[in-house]
Amino acid sequence: MFLSENRREENKNGKMCSLFCFSADIISTVEFNYSGELLATGDKGGRVVIFQHEQESKNRPHLRGEYNVYSTFQSHEPEFDYLKSLEIEEKINKIRWLPQQNAAHFLLSTNDKTIKLWKISERDKRAEGYNLKDEDGRLLDPFRITSLRVPVLLPMDLMVEASPRRIFANAHTYHINSISVNSDHETYLSADDLRINLWHLEITDRSFNIVDIKPANMEELTEVITAAECHPHQCNVFVYSSSKGTIRLCDMRAAALCDRHSKFFEEPEDPSSRSFFSEIISSISDVKFSHSGRYMMTRDYLSVKVWDLNMENRPVETYQVHEYLRSKLCSLYENDCIFDKFECCWNGSDSAIMTGSYNNFFRMFDRNTRRDITLEASRESSKPRATLKPRKVSTGGKRKKDEISVDSLDFNKKILHTAWHPKDNVIAVAATNNLYIFQDKIN
Amino acid sequence: MFAKGTKRKFSDPGEEPALGAELGPVVRPLSSTYSLQRQSLLDMSLIKLQLCHMLVEPNLCRSVLIANTVRQIQEEMTQDGTWQIMTQALAAAQCPADRLVATEVLCRPSEALAAAQSPKPLPAGPEEEEEEEEEEVVVAAAMEEDVDSEANPLSSSSFLPAPFGAEPGWEDEEDDSEDEDSEECPSDAEDVPDSRRGDQVFGTFEIKHPAPPPDPALEELFSDVDPSYYDLDTVLTGMQSTPKMGPYDLLDSLSPHAAPALSTGTSCRSDLNELDHIMEIIVGS
Repeated sequence: MFLSENRREENKNGKMCSLFCFSADIISTVEFNYSGELLATGDKGGRVVIFQHEQESKNRPHLRGEYNVYSTFQSHEPEFDYLKSLEIEEKINKIRWLPQQNAAHFLLSTNDKTIKLWKISERDKRAEGYNLKDEDGRLLDPFRITSLRVPVLLPMDLMVEASPRRIFANAHTYHINSISVNSDHETYLSADDLRINLWHLEITDRSFNIVDIKPANMEELTEVITAAECHPHQCNVFVYSSSKGTIRLCDMRAAALCDRHSKFFEEPEDPSSRSFFSEIISSISDVKFSHSGRYMMTRDYLSVKVWDLNMENRPVETYQVHEYLRSKLCSLYENDCIFDKFECCWNGSDSAIMTGSYNNFFRMFDRNTRRDITLEASRESSKPRATLKPRKVSTGGKRKKDEISVDSLDFNKKILHTAWHPKDNVIAVAATNNLYIFQDKIN
Repeated sequence: MFAKGTKRKFSDPGEEPALGAELGPVVRPLSSTYSLQRQSLLDMSLIKLQLCHMLVEPNLCRSVLIANTVRQIQEEMTQDGTWQIMTQALAAAQCPADRLVATEVLCRPSEALAAAQSPKPLPAGPEEEEEEEEEEVVVAAAMEEDVDSEANPLSSSSFLPAPFGAEPGWEDEEDDSEDEDSEECPSDAEDVPDSRRGDQVFGTFEIKHPAPPPDPALEELFSDVDPSYYDLDTVLTGMQSTPKMGPYDLLDSLSPHAAPALSTGTSCRSDLNELDHIMEIIVGS
């Protein structure tokens, strides 16, 4: 099922491709854990694959370690909702790691309806010398035992086991789009199109509904929740974004039901640029707090915006991801690409942000220097000894050499999911069913 | 640039006000190009709302955004006065209708266009009086997959509306009835063909009591159309609360997997006639 190629590139500068994996299925989520040691991917087939950062080799300290497959397990299976005669997809929508508290690792994975808490633990020892059973596990006749011995632990080949510890089900009528672990490490929230629930990690048969935007009359529905996230430090604060391009920040101390927001973030629309597609492209597909907790970033169809939590009336920074698509919105509406949900992510120091685009392009923006770069995740561009070459889309007029014209872009090759290592300059980019990991070389 | 099989439509930057272009609130030219494009966008949006995957629950966010777009167009058309013209044209030929599943729609060859999508068994909770029709729907569905591709606007590309005027079948039908049409709605001859096209794309969702009179082609075309089908309010209701069958419910039950099968031959015309016959018996005409 998995092929992994380890390619060690020795380049002086720029990004280099260090690991390049295939997946049998379309990757639907990518997430580093808190230390960056582990990288989890979820796919359309309900599988979770975890990669582990290998320790640096002592012989070649200037080379970073690689990521190798650590564990694979089937998280969700397809289900059938008998009441509605509809299938519930097993596709993993989101994975979120829990902070590590002991030797085992825990993560939450969710499909449209059910969230599961998985424990991933290593086993590298086994007990030998049981009194009551032999080596094959068969029970021994107790009358034949003439002496007692203490079992000893002997090393064995490392085995990584994943076991489901909690299943949080039946709390969402609509499709879950987000899960977020709270900074108290005890609770987490899950959001679907119309509601947000708060769970305790230990309790599976109950959850608190904290946001409900379902109208009494469904005919009046004009807005849905598109993403939600807990504040990284304040365990009472969370935000959720909507299909109308608004973000609401809520304080759970204010009321049990946080339908009334504490802060409302919306950029006023430029009336001169209004079109039939204005609302659709303003729909926010992802919202992420900065690591500092002072900013948050939102992704809509054409841009990424950074907001200061203290300023609600407009973002502090706006980055155009692929403005050249603005004149193609009608076609993109026709082929449904306009509904693609791109994610975005911060780097560890909040100095840079990254998001995906079409044609397997992804974009990185440096907030300090205001420089941006477009890179491509493809086999061709990841040949041995090659640094990733910056790409450019020609927007009109003459197309320079090495530039791609807008009409040549492949809209089936979309990078929706990207992740940035929490500490190092290592990024994971999911291009349909391929996972790419790029890293900066230290030198 | 596009996914395989997509036809390029009004993406020319050179054209004057394209739909994706930036239009100020004051500067809204009612040029024919703009009106046609707007109508096409409306039709496209309505089709998108119908062609929801039926194996899995449709994406609510996408549906809400499309529905909002349709509302927007509707509002603008109402301000222009275009909407009134269109609904008047529809109402003029309308007969009292029953709010039942439009099985009859599927069975009528002239409505074969809209019926070309094959409904799967409807989602939970059909109303009792519709149970009978539902079986017919399923049967009709199996037949409809082989509907004449000429008459089927969706045959060329599974999920896309026929490009404006591209389908020969459509053009023929339209030419025939255009005369009658212009008699009834002299105010804006331009818009009526558009709305008719929209009707043909969508078909109707309401069943009539008696069998439709075969007389004027116009009446046949419009007889099942209810202007309320352009009413969005029922769209989301139909999608969310399955027991209440809104105008779009039937077409919600389209299978994406059936779409490729749409563009086949005319082998089932005889079956359609048979179905017609059965329906007439059931409807009691």
